[in-house]
Amino acid sequence: MSTARLAVDIGGTFTDLVLETPGRTWSTKLLTTPDAPARAVLEGAQQILALAQCPPGDVGLVVHGTTLATNALIERKGAKTALITTEGFRDSVEMAWEHRFEQYDIHMERPEPLVPRNWRLGVPERVAADGEVLLPLDEAALRAIAAKLRAGNVEAVAVCFLHSFTNEVHERRAGEILAEELPGVSVSLSCDVAPEIREYERTSTTIANAYVLPLMGKYLGELADGLKVAGVNAPLLLMMSSGGITTVETAQRYPVRLVESGPAGGAILALGVAAENALDRAVAFDMGGTTAKLTLLDDLTLQRSRQFEVARAYRFIQGSGLPVRIPVIELVEIGAGGGSIARLDALGRIQVGPDSSGSVPGPACYGRGGTEPTVTDADTVLGRLDPSRFAGGSIPLYPERAAKALESINANAQIAAAGVAEIVDETMASAARVHAVENGKDTAERTLIAFGGAAPLHAARLARKLGMKRVVVPVGAGVGSAHGFLRAPIAYEVVRTRHMRVEALDIGMLNTLFTAMRAEAEAVVRLGAPDEVLVEHRTAFMRYRGQGHEIAVALPLRPFVPEDCAGLKALFDAAYAQLFGRTIPRLEVEALTWTLSLATDRPLPAPMASVSPLPAAKPVAFRSLFDPATGVADEAAIYERPSLTPGMAFPGPALVVEDETTTVVPKGFDASINALGQIILEDRA
Amino acid sequence: MSNQNGPADSALRASPSGHQTALSDIRMQVMWNRLLSVVEEQAKTLVRTAFSTAAREAGDISAGVFDLQGQMLAQAVTGTPGHVNSMARSVIHFIREFPVETMKPGDHFVTNDPWKGTGHLYDIVVTSPAFHEGKLVALFSCTTHVVDIGGWGQSPDSRQVFHEGLFLPLLPLVRQGVFDESLMKIVRANVREPVQVEGDIHALVACNAIGEARLSEMMKEHGIATLDELGEHIISRSRAGMAAAIAKLPQGSWYNEMRIDGYNDPIDLKAKVTIAGDHVEVDYTGTSPHVSFGINCPICYTEAYTAFGVKCLVAPTIPNNAGTLDAVLVKAPENCIVNAPWPSAVNARSTIGHMLPDVVYGALHQCMPGTVPAEGTSNLWNLKLAAGHGLSEGVGVPFQVTTFHSGGAGARPTKDGLSATPFPSGVRNVPVEITESITPLVIWKKEYRPDSGGPGEHRGGLGQVMEVSHRHGGGFGIHATFERVKFAARGREGGEAGGNGRLSLASGTVLKAKGFQQVPPGDKLVVEMPGGGGYGAASKRDPAKVARDVTLGLVSAEQAKVRYGAE
Repeated sequence: MSTARLAVDIGGTFTDLVLETPGRTWSTKLLTTPDAPARAVLEGAQQILALAQCPPGDVGLVVHGTTLATNALIERKGAKTALITTEGFRDSVEMAWEHRFEQYDIHMERPEPLVPRNWRLGVPERVAADGEVLLPLDEAALRAIAAKLRAGNVEAVAVCFLHSFTNEVHERRAGEILAEELPGVSVSLSCDVAPEIREYERTSTTIANAYVLPLMGKYLGELADGLKVAGVNAPLLLMMSSGGITTVETAQRYPVRLVESGPAGGAILALGVAAENALDRAVAFDMGGTTAKLTLLDDLTLQRSRQFEVARAYRFIQGSGLPVRIPVIELVEIGAGGGSIARLDALGRIQVGPDSSGSVPGPACYGRGGTEPTVTDADTVLGRLDPSRFAGGSIPLYPERAAKALESINANAQIAAAGVAEIVDETMASAARVHAVENGKDTAERTLIAFGGAAPLHAARLARKLGMKRVVVPVGAGVGSAHGFLRAPIAYEVVRTRHMRVEALDIGMLNTLFTAMRAEAEAVVRLGAPDEVLVEHRTAFMRYRGQGHEIAVALPLRPFVPEDCAGLKALFDAAYAQLFGRTIPRLEVEALTWTLSLATDRPLPAPMASVSPLPAAKPVAFRSLFDPATGVADEAAIYERPSLTPGMAFPGPALVVEDETTTVVPKGFDASINALGQIILEDRA
Repeated sequence: MSNQNGPADSALRASPSGHQTALSDIRMQVMWNRLLSVVEEQAKTLVRTAFSTAAREAGDISAGVFDLQGQMLAQAVTGTPGHVNSMARSVIHFIREFPVETMKPGDHFVTNDPWKGTGHLYDIVVTSPAFHEGKLVALFSCTTHVVDIGGWGQSPDSRQVFHEGLFLPLLPLVRQGVFDESLMKIVRANVREPVQVEGDIHALVACNAIGEARLSEMMKEHGIATLDELGEHIISRSRAGMAAAIAKLPQGSWYNEMRIDGYNDPIDLKAKVTIAGDHVEVDYTGTSPHVSFGINCPICYTEAYTAFGVKCLVAPTIPNNAGTLDAVLVKAPENCIVNAPWPSAVNARSTIGHMLPDVVYGALHQCMPGTVPAEGTSNLWNLKLAAGHGLSEGVGVPFQVTTFHSGGAGARPTKDGLSATPFPSGVRNVPVEITESITPLVIWKKEYRPDSGGPGEHRGGLGQVMEVSHRHGGGFGIHATFERVKFAARGREGGEAGGNGRLSLASGTVLKAKGFQQVPPGDKLVVEMPGGGGYGAASKRDPAKVARDVTLGLVSAEQAKVRYGAE
């Protein structure tokens, strides 16, 4: 009986597993095994199946998200890759934005391209901005290059010609020639991987895809085999950065789309939680071992984007990573997690992160050789964590080691811990505020949905800093992303750039374009969902003529008609006003890029029923809890989460303990359990 | 279960006052961080809503919050150091003209006075009072480079500031929420893109309004009624930090000079740098006089780039505020090109301003060896291209475009210089595909210039070469404002000079590095950007690095042999 569904999320520090069986949901958390990521997956799968007494053959679906592609990009462990580009432009990918992302650091280095200059080769050819061929492709020159790549044992090739998103004829022909000349070498064309304007981003995306392709192909094959050996014969689907899932086949072709899968799963979980609580304005807050992610949720819709930067090498600063143009859920990610390291700067101010102690050696309190103070050390010293219960008791904590490490911040370890907690919370709050303003939004009066191992420890304080009165901690919060995987639709997004003035739209061309995009997306989605009902979304990326950044405008789901010249302008004006609070009269509007996404219909859950209040729960113990907001330690009541039932309520200070995380209810907050067992924190202030 | 906090608790009880001080210090840090986040939001608002490419792509904007004496408490880190001190000083001019006690909610004041703002007419500064619970608590100020300001446009060919466009003295712009419509009419009538310039001005006002709202939220949250205590904390902490950093340096005076191309005649930039206790003084006495073209630099812009250059070396992580502002004192005699008086032409003042950190670094290198980079291209190699009536020959639609590009930066004491990267400016480039989609231009080449990096133990950054033609055979023109064509970026400690820049036509004609010139129909513009200077003798470069440069094609086999002594 294929009744169970398994989700596996490999993160930077932890590998999380969730198993849904007809009766209940099981979860577990293991340290990631960076040398052989499949090992933790298979070990974890065996553990959780044993725990649930679920025969492997009962698993009907495995959904997997992994940081493996990301890690290969960060650690430069991908294939030997070459770039073939328009002659005269082989350095564009290295010049990047010709930019110093850190103004004051004269020692700053830009990330090295994944392909060194001697394997970036120009071929004579040229397409103009409107698609006209100015110089035909020199096929003989291309064959000569192919011979060179063969001699150099190149394993993967990226092809990116200027304006190929408008006219792909040269790239397609190059793909054919390379297939003939280099059998067995994987070739990624920019017109397939990222057919969008801006040569640096497009080239960077295509190279990243080519670079991880051989590795991901091999890993996914091994994992599928490993699962079979373990007796799990279920289909394997992969989580993408867009929040959709796809087949192994598509993932092996476009592995770059897998890079931000964990956070995407978290956002999908938060969307469901927002629906269950009927929240039209929420913020998803995911804090793990290495980073924190914040996503705005308005009207039960996730914000989407096509810009993402992987492997930010310099304090998570924008511009210090490799840009990839893929469908992503718009979120802000900062180097603030349980493992983030704290130190004092030149002015004696506390700085937290973005570097993390990771899973090896981990925070000082893990007792695995870490000596630098981290956020988890601060949480331990503040009394938020039960040393014998961390990660379900699998990682014993040593509070005295945490206290010792924190002495480098302040002789009084508790003051140091309060400072570290306050600064990391403020850092996350700042990032959230700036992210909101960049999206024309505000954080105040929203509800915070907290998940990921470290988020429930910091959520209440963060909410107060952001002017939010309410926090929801879902069931299984400590392994939230994996929960999200099981709620994600099978989906795919297709993009094209066609630059045109909105008042002179080429209606016939657009209709042909969208028909082709629909067919392309459908072919991919049908691989994993042959019979299901599909939902389509269309977006245009538009701007005022003269501007440099486009905004996303949702389009109606029907063929274009001549009236759309005025209609799209009105849609743009509305979207622009939403973002910037005003429109600019008399300016022309232009559209650059068009997307179509297709997904299986996953209706959101209905709002839950209210519950009748129950007598207050009985604490299992009390513990001293230091509150950084007040500077005072109080006796906090401790509750075991599994023992709390819907309707129960209790005031802070309190701690709710479960295997994968602890929820801090500070003084001034009230906690209650809703019909679905979620913890609701309300700020009394 | 409460054992782990026992020892810490008793320590707290033993020393309650120490406990409170430590906590209040943390609270000050949190509020300081918050204030930095407020100005960051202010700046993001401006970048997102402004129109000019300079603001949007290059981040040529700034935003900050000030106390009621006009002391800056926090400034956003943006793409341009040119506003580092200049915007801070401009607030003082505003409150002299419009005393704070006369300011009302909804007021906004404006100027683009190059000598009271940020150095040229293109930069419009708006300063606004911020109220919290009905009480004036702070001032916000912001600046952006607008799309157009009339006059000669992007050209360095102007002779006096009067040629450079619309000059707005310190003026009320909005009074209690009501825009001065007469002023806006004058603006619209004087600029080429009235709708966009008006949009830029609205963006400045919105930017300060966001700052005011966010500051008020922060004060409410933290329960403070004034910024006095926080301001004092920020300024004193930062001042002490700067003083401590400067006190660690060798004390005394050092001198350097650098010759650059200038408009027609070479210009000598001379600086005496004195490190004295808690401050650094940079005296530009001896520098060439101001000239009859638009490359003169008002003192406010000189101060900005000088302070930025020093701060990068001495205290790069201390945030800018009134406590750091006075740590670098700049002196320059009136009438020299780095203290050009009204009514000198100043439009392309960055041509000089961007060279100043190199001048100062030559002096600092003598007392801080091993920390100072070699000279770089420094001046931006932006292509300011245009076609239309009076500007170009042949067919084609009129256009104006500025694309941001850079030559090589100087080698660092332990690292090669960055190729095709600006320093000290912090701008970003414009993609070729974007430039080609909005103009009738075709860029045929944009690639590193091999051998242009100054040879050295650490190699200078490479320049790049760009070739531009008109797609339909039309002509176009270039407003050239380039440096390092005659006088290259010099190396340090035996490192050699970077390659000189060059501007020419594919047909062979060499163009001047400054001033408006035409590219005839059918011809191609060839822009060869300079390289940065090297650091340390080339003979000391690790042979493996030389070999790698040859493999990568950054250094030719011949240069490897001749300059680096490779086999």
